[in-house]
Amino acid sequence: MINFDNVTKIYPNQNRAALENVDLTVNKGEFVFLVGPSGSGKSTFLRLILKEERPTDGQIHVAGKDLARLTNWKVPHLRRRIGCVFQDFRLLPNKNVYQNVAFALEVIGKPRRFIRRVVPEVIDLVGLEGKHDRMPDELSGGEQQRVAMARAFVNRPMILLADEPTGNIDPATSIGIMKVLDRINRTGTTVVMATHDAAIVDSMRKRVIELEYGKVVRDQVRGVYGQAY
Amino acid sequence: MRSNFVFQEIWVGLRRNLTMTIALVVVVAISLSLLGTGLLFVKQVDSTRTYWQSKVEISVYLCTTDSPNPACSGAVTGAEQQQIYQTLKAMPQVEDVSYVSQTQAFALFKQDFSNDPSYVSTVGENEIPPSFEVKLRDPAADYNIVASAVTGAPGVDSVVDEMTILAKFYRLLDGARNAVVIVALILIVAAILLVANTIRLSAFNRRRETGIMRLVGASNFYIQLPFLLEGVIAGLFGWALAAGLLIGVKSLLLNNLQQYFSYNVGLTAADLVEVIVLAMCVGVLLCGVTSFLTLRRYLRV
Repeated sequence: MINFDNVTKIYPNQNRAALENVDLTVNKGEFVFLVGPSGSGKSTFLRLILKEERPTDGQIHVAGKDLARLTNWKVPHLRRRIGCVFQDFRLLPNKNVYQNVAFALEVIGKPRRFIRRVVPEVIDLVGLEGKHDRMPDELSGGEQQRVAMARAFVNRPMILLADEPTGNIDPATSIGIMKVLDRINRTGTTVVMATHDAAIVDSMRKRVIELEYGKVVRDQVRGVYGQAY
Repeated sequence: MRSNFVFQEIWVGLRRNLTMTIALVVVVAISLSLLGTGLLFVKQVDSTRTYWQSKVEISVYLCTTDSPNPACSGAVTGAEQQQIYQTLKAMPQVEDVSYVSQTQAFALFKQDFSNDPSYVSTVGENEIPPSFEVKLRDPAADYNIVASAVTGAPGVDSVVDEMTILAKFYRLLDGARNAVVIVALILIVAAILLVANTIRLSAFNRRRETGIMRLVGASNFYIQLPFLLEGVIAGLFGWALAAGLLIGVKSLLLNNLQQYFSYNVGLTAADLVEVIVLAMCVGVLLCGVTSFLTLRRYLRV
């Protein structure tokens, strides 16, 4: 589903590589944690998948497509198959829950009937039933992140990228968020989650990829956050 | 394509930076109307010039007993007059020569100044010189040749080219037109910068929305269209105002010129429509292209 072939990324005007010779494959339906200290290249990894950045060297394949060969005007189509969740939620403050989720479908030109059918389903899936009309500032952080997840998932992407989704949320609420991500993963969606949250990584027992200074230093199938051995 | 979504976005965009939008509309309106006025002037000058060039004549004034000119020694004699007539008639550049006697000239004079009888009463018939009115084949090229042939000939008081009188008038019109066009061009530059700024502000105001749109895979076209149309719609508002101003310029200003002419120099409605349509193309292109180029800088994939 995601394949990095010896990928190196050096940002302009920087001598140190943000990612160096990263060589890994994430299969369809996998749940992967991306761990490592700040500046280790987690965000660069996610941005490369979205083709927000181009690799300096190496090849990236996402959903069977060679990103280097993907023309600019086809990039939006790639992004429709990838959902994104962020630490800061990125909701539209002047739209309610329903409108925020529907926005993702409106702007890719989906018919209104389809939107009316699909949006409530996804809002139920993330556990916000009955809160369609709430504005983002009337919701708790956990609930806002659920809206963001609903928006990321509403178009049924093949891949869900989560960049520290629990970074702004207390541990108890985080468990709920992880349950939703797990539920999304169980529908067959590949989930890649960058995180600093050791407790979550340890409790989920999923594949863990650890980055340090842009290099993959650990890739375990059922790993924990810290290096226990 | 969800058209009402796009229109909603445009409406939000235009309303959110209302002050910029108003400034943009006003500047576009003024620059387009000045540009249009310039074009109307060009048309006006052309229409009067074409008319005159077919009419223009050289007047060869003949000596009278009262001539103050030292070249004149008394009134022109019949022989001198005949000689001048023959000279003019023989020239290949001359199309036609007609004699205006003192009586005729005085009648014309009285007619020209009919609204000022006190002035007419101070001038006697013998103070108005008789003249030959010479019609040239090519007034612009042949004036000097014909004028020098008779200047200083016995019995000739002075040679007056109507072109020199008209030239002053044309200089005035040309100058006015140039001034208007230069101001219009400066304002168009201002309008371009304002469009760029408005669109940039608008894009900045909605960076959250556009960021999310990019993220969920909205096409560039879909993301940029509301901004592009925002610019074009502001341009169209400006153009509509400019069209009103241009109609005003024509009916209040240029149509007034007509009263100074005995023949029809007025611009037709078709001329006006042509200028207004041209102004619309300029306005829409200006706003559309500027918006597009600005968006390419600020809304990258």
